[in-house]
Amino acid sequence: MSTLILRGGRVVDPSQNLDAVTDLAIVGNRVDSIGRGFGDGRRETGDGTTVIDCSGLVVAPGFIDVHSHLREPGREDVETIATGAAAAAAGGFTAVCAMPNTDPVTDNQAAVGFVARQAQRAAMARVYPIGAISVGQKGEVLAEFGEMIAAGAVAVSDDGKPVASAHLMRTALEYARTFGIPVADHCEEPTLARGGVMNEGPTSMRLGLKGIPSEAEEIMAIRDMLLARRTGGHIHLCHMSTRGSVQLIRWGKDQEIRVTAEVCPHHLSLTEAEVDGYDTNAKMNPPLRTADDVEAMREAVRDGTIDVIATDHAPHHYDEKEREFADAPNGIVGFETALAVNITWLVKPKVIDLATLIERMSCAPARVFNLAGGTLRKGAAADVTVFDPQATWVVDAAKFRTKGRNTPYQGMTLTGRVHYTVVDGRVVHQLAR
Amino acid sequence: MTPGAAPLGKDLLALEPLATEQIQLILDTAEPFKEISERAIKKVPTLRGATIVNLFFEASTRTRVSFEFAEKRLSADTVNVAASGSSVTKGETLVDTARNLEAMRIDMVVIRHGASGAAQFLAERIESNVINAGDGTHEHPTQGLLDLLTLRDHFKHLDGVKVCIVGDVLHSRVARSNIWGLKKMGAAVAVCGPRSLLPNAIDEFGVTVFDRLDEAVEWADALNILRLQLERMQLGYIPSLREYNRVFGVTRERLERSKRDILILHPGPMNRGVEIDSDVADGPFSVILDQVTNGVAVRMAVLYLLSGGKPELAEKAKAGAA
Repeated sequence: MSTLILRGGRVVDPSQNLDAVTDLAIVGNRVDSIGRGFGDGRRETGDGTTVIDCSGLVVAPGFIDVHSHLREPGREDVETIATGAAAAAAGGFTAVCAMPNTDPVTDNQAAVGFVARQAQRAAMARVYPIGAISVGQKGEVLAEFGEMIAAGAVAVSDDGKPVASAHLMRTALEYARTFGIPVADHCEEPTLARGGVMNEGPTSMRLGLKGIPSEAEEIMAIRDMLLARRTGGHIHLCHMSTRGSVQLIRWGKDQEIRVTAEVCPHHLSLTEAEVDGYDTNAKMNPPLRTADDVEAMREAVRDGTIDVIATDHAPHHYDEKEREFADAPNGIVGFETALAVNITWLVKPKVIDLATLIERMSCAPARVFNLAGGTLRKGAAADVTVFDPQATWVVDAAKFRTKGRNTPYQGMTLTGRVHYTVVDGRVVHQLAR
Repeated sequence: MTPGAAPLGKDLLALEPLATEQIQLILDTAEPFKEISERAIKKVPTLRGATIVNLFFEASTRTRVSFEFAEKRLSADTVNVAASGSSVTKGETLVDTARNLEAMRIDMVVIRHGASGAAQFLAERIESNVINAGDGTHEHPTQGLLDLLTLRDHFKHLDGVKVCIVGDVLHSRVARSNIWGLKKMGAAVAVCGPRSLLPNAIDEFGVTVFDRLDEAVEWADALNILRLQLERMQLGYIPSLREYNRVFGVTRERLERSKRDILILHPGPMNRGVEIDSDVADGPFSVILDQVTNGVAVRMAVLYLLSGGKPELAEKAKAGAA
């Protein structure tokens, strides 16, 4: 069996309270050991051991993104599972979850199996399919959770669309509980949000754009926490973006409701002011909110109210974004900027330390979605991310691995760069020199 | 303003970003152009050789005709393009439309579009001057300017004049341009309408809000009455046109409760018997048709200034054709 030594890096593994400059040894596809002693001599023996010098770099359990859109099947012109998984690896993600709003919708075992198979073929970051809650994401009839799970689904979601019917959501929570998987919830009260294209407030009034009030998110967040309380199901609130949602989640966790929540890097770094000038790369759903909301989201990441940072990676074709603001699709690409955005806006200003960031990007997502990884304990899957927390770079979307170029961070100088991504003991990404 | 630089920049997209002096300049430049429209031969050679496209993605009679007269009275060559729908429904994207026009070497585009920001989108992608003739629910800057000119004609100044905008402020580009323009010129601005048709964030815009039309009438020197789009009722913003007229309709009886004469403006087209009664629209204090007349002069001024015309030459442009 081959051996990979990540030597002399700062190994930060919140799952075992580890933060030390040391070596990490991987044998085959498992973490073997952590500790000094893998010197140059071992490499010289020529016994199939690869040694990577990680001095000055952070060695962390691989990042896991529980929320992404890989567009295959249906929009292979925009992204494929292979390009998405490569982009994820380039961003330091060793595993990502793919949302089911594909065309056709990933709402049955064959469709789930297709995603899993394409991911295996790509052999980059792991890709875990998420199955639809309802057939065709139409919000009417439950999809076959059991069969989708058997084919590899790790959660269910109608993401992209809210589950308008409270009854259907209740049933989904009960049924998902049977299988021990979370229901990932796109919180958006459809009648309040209808026609909205940005956050509702003074900026939307000034620009003459229809707003989406924060209550559209908060009403669904509280509705579904109450349904989780009723049913004992696990509700995972996707892409939370408002101060009100944070307050409601705090309440829910106090009540010991089985609620977990995620936030996207853009909701931790940018405000609705980005929409000024009608920049369609600042259009996403939920929309960019106010500075006060961003502050609340950062605080919630710090104190753990928000469990997970997830990208909501949503590639779109250039032409689709190059149009009138109201007509442009929602979403931005996120894999290849997530770490740097989080370091730039959270770690550098000392909102959280590096260990907390790794917890929110690796350990917590593994725990919440019950996935392999999220730890460097002996015997764990050898999914590792090696990054330089201090290196600065200028975002150039033309160099992305994703097919999407839709990023609001274009041209910005960010801090934090991924050097190596190891999946299943194999180096799948290495920073070009 | 740097000497030699275009006094308004390349485009006129909105009143919000303009400086007070720029608005002042447009209004002052409009004055000499008013007279041209009163002549037997209503034409000066100022824009001879310039090509202007009026690109209207939304139906419009008044604004399109007003722009067209302004262009023709300045001797520009004009083409009207009536396109329909957004880029999603009509097949060709706005950016392709723009590039095609640009390839025909045009000098200016006047655009009316249903999407907020469409004029700016176009302006950022072509070198021609772009004039916003109304974009979605964002702004309608030349309407705002002609309202300012009409108010200034009557009151001889704008500073301290109390103007209340009545009606559907939420969906009105006219209201936004009026709020910015009036405030920059030192007028006191109020809005009055059902709360369901006022932006939720209205309190942050430095305007007074009246829930009762009687309070607005008590306060105002002028009312600018907005058109109530009839589909607002179907979308559930108000219960009925009948009730709207009863609560917010401007009637002579309401106006007579005030001791002062209140100037009446309306951007048109009017729904008589809904937001405004006929005896108000046709009454002695209505300047609704003066607005239409001023619209041509203001648009001539904007075309002239954007085409590189020097402000001090406005008088001469008039004289040269005499």
